[in-house]
Amino acid sequence: MMEENMSSLKEIEEALQSWYKRRGIDSVPPAYTELGHPVKVVYTPLDIAHIDYMEKIGLPGEYPFTRGVYPAMYRIRPWAMRLYAGFGTAEDTNKRWKFLLERGNNGVACAFDLPTQMGLDSDDPLAEDEVGRVGLAVDTLADMEILYDGLPLDRITSSFNINAPAAIILAMYVALGQKQGVPTTKLSGTLSNDILCEYVARGMWVFEAAPALKLATDVVEFCTRYMPKFYPFNIRGILLREAGASMVQEAGFTFSNAIAYIESALARGLGIDEFGRRISFFMATGIQIFEEAARYRAARRLWARIMKERFGAKDPESMLFRFTGSVGGSVYRAQEPENNLIRGAYGVLANVLGGVQGMLHPALDEPFAIPTEETARLALRTQQICAYETGVMKTVDPLGGSYYVEALTDQIEAEIQKIIQTIDDMGGAVSAIEQGYMQKCIADEAYRVALEEKNGTRLIVGVNCFRGDQKTERKMQFHRFDPSVLERQLERLNRVRRTRDNRAVSRSLKRLKKDAQDGVNILPALIEAVKEYASIGEIMATLKEVFGTFKEPVVI
Amino acid sequence: MGRKIRVLMAKAGLDGHDRGAKVIARLFRDAGMEVIYTGLHQTPDQIVRTAIQEDVDVIALSILSGAHIGICRKIMQGLREANVTDKLVIVGGTILEEDISVLKEMGIAQVFPPGSPLDAGIKFVQERLGDVTNRQEKGVSGDGF
Repeated sequence: MMEENMSSLKEIEEALQSWYKRRGIDSVPPAYTELGHPVKVVYTPLDIAHIDYMEKIGLPGEYPFTRGVYPAMYRIRPWAMRLYAGFGTAEDTNKRWKFLLERGNNGVACAFDLPTQMGLDSDDPLAEDEVGRVGLAVDTLADMEILYDGLPLDRITSSFNINAPAAIILAMYVALGQKQGVPTTKLSGTLSNDILCEYVARGMWVFEAAPALKLATDVVEFCTRYMPKFYPFNIRGILLREAGASMVQEAGFTFSNAIAYIESALARGLGIDEFGRRISFFMATGIQIFEEAARYRAARRLWARIMKERFGAKDPESMLFRFTGSVGGSVYRAQEPENNLIRGAYGVLANVLGGVQGMLHPALDEPFAIPTEETARLALRTQQICAYETGVMKTVDPLGGSYYVEALTDQIEAEIQKIIQTIDDMGGAVSAIEQGYMQKCIADEAYRVALEEKNGTRLIVGVNCFRGDQKTERKMQFHRFDPSVLERQLERLNRVRRTRDNRAVSRSLKRLKKDAQDGVNILPALIEAVKEYASIGEIMATLKEVFGTFKEPVVI
Repeated sequence: MGRKIRVLMAKAGLDGHDRGAKVIARLFRDAGMEVIYTGLHQTPDQIVRTAIQEDVDVIALSILSGAHIGICRKIMQGLREANVTDKLVIVGGTILEEDISVLKEMGIAQVFPPGSPLDAGIKFVQERLGDVTNRQEKGVSGDGF
C-alpha cells in the first residue's frame, strides 16, 4: 500500500529516463553477469514491480523459502563450520580431526584417498602411488575403528564425501556404531552418495550408471527405514562447478541429478515425504557476491516448487533446499597464495548472504597441497570472524528486497529452470550423462572461462593484472606427504587379512553377490561383509561381476 | 605439407580432475596440433602403448593427485623398455617446486606446476618441435589434414 505523498512508479520511470539522458548513462561501459546478461548501472523499484512479495519472496522458513530455509536462521545458530580433512592412514587423520574439533570445528568431514573412492584396496597395483595422498586410506573396518578412536559415534556427526563405494562406507559406519554400542538409529551424519555427479565430473565412477543409481537408492532406502538422523544423499554441484560448470549449469544439472534420485526412490516405493527432508546439497560458491546470493535464493524457490508441484510433497521440510557451500578451489590461484585468504573471505560472505547451512572452507594452499595445521586453522578462523565479528548474522536475508538482487534472483531462477527442462527433454539425467551432454556443456564453459582469463577480459589480481614483483613472495610451507603411509597401511591390511576368518569373508561375499543379483537391497549383506573385515576392494570386485564397469564417453 | 604435431593428452592414475586436461587439449587443438585424449584412469602401461600406437610426438600428462613421481617414473621406464626415445614428455598438475628437478632427471622435458600460464605448454612444444618445415626434415610423413 503506497502512501499518497510517495512517488509512483510512473514518476520513478520518468525520473530514471531523465537521469539516463542528463547524466549520460547510456555511454557508461557495459557490464555483464557471469551468465553474460547485461547489468544495469542502477536498479530501481521498477525492476521488482512485477514481483508479488508473498508469492515469490515471502518470509524465512515459509514457502517458497526464498529468504531462507529456517525462520530465524543465524539468530538461532550459525552455519556449521567444518573443514574437509583426511590424509595418510586412519591414525594420521584421527589426530588431525581431534586438532580441529578442539578448535571449534563442528563434526568431521572425511576426505578419502583416490583408491578408497574408487573402491580399490591399498595393495591394488593401481593404488600404489595414490595411497593416503588426497585423503585417508580405508581398506577395512579396522581402519574405521582407528579413525574414530576416542570419537564416540553418538556424540559426533560425520560427513563422507564418497560416491561409488558410498554404500560400503555406510555399512562400515553402521558396523562401527554397533561395535561402539551405539544404536544405528542414533548415528548422525551425511553421505554424499551422488554417483551421477561423478560421471559428469571428477570421474570417481566404477559401475555402469543404471546399477549405480540402484545402489545409491539402496542407501536412501536403508537410511529412510533405519537411520532417522542420517542424510543419505548430499547432492554435489561442487564437482560440476569445479570442472568448469557455470553457476546455473551447476544448479540445473544438480537438480536434474536430484530428480533422478527422487524418481528412483519413488519407484522403490518410498514416499516423497519419507525421504524428501533428507535431501541436501553441496554447492560451490564463487566470489561474485550478489550473483551467488541471488542464485541460492533462486535455488531455494525453485527447489521448493519442484518438490511441491512436481513430486507432490506435502511436508514443508521436504521442500527445503539445504546446502553446504564451499568456495571452489578453482577460485584460488597459485600466484601470491596469501591472496586466497581474501578471496576465501568474500566467498564466505557470499555463502552467508545466500543463506548457507554449513561450510567447508578451503585453505589458502589449496592450489598446491592439502592444508597444513596452520592453513587449516586460518580457514576455520575466516568463517568464525565472519560469523562473530561482522554482524552478518543479525538479520535474515539482508539482501532481500534489493532491487538488483531480487531482479537477479528472478533471472537466475529462469536460467536454472531452462537447463532442467533441457535435461527432462533428453529423457532425464542418466540419459543426458550417457550421451555426454552435461560433460560437453561443462567442458565448453571451462574453455570459455580459461580463454577469458588468458585474454585478460576476466581479471584475476596478481595473475593477469596488477602483477607485482613476484620474487618477493613469501616461501610457503606445504603439507608434505609422509612416504611411510603406504607401508603402514599395507601392514595393517595384511594383518587383517591374516587374522580374520577368511571362510566367513567368502561366505559373506557370496551372499552379497546373490543379493545384488536378486536385486534386493544389499545394505544388510554389506554390513555383514564389513563386519567380517572383507575389504573395500574385495566387495567392489564382487559387485563389479554383477553391475559391470562404466565405459566413459570421452569428450573434450 | 608435413603432418601436424600429434599430442597425446593423458590422465594418468586414478585422478579424475580433467578440467585442466580438457582445456589444454582444446588449446593444443586450436593451436593447430592433433590431439588424442585418453579419457580417465589410464595406467602408465596404457599410456605408453597408446603413445606408440598413435605415433604421437608429445605425451602431455595431467596429474593432480600428487602421485606424479611414481607415475612418471613408470611411464619413462615403459618408454625406455620399448626403445622409444623420440617422444617429448611433459607433465602439468599439482606439483611442488622441489619435485620438478626429480621429474626432469627422469627425462620429463618440462613441468608445469600450479600457476603456469595457460599457453606455457603449447609454447614449449612449439619451441621444441618447431614448425611443419622442420618436421619434414625429420622425415615424418602424414596426411596433414
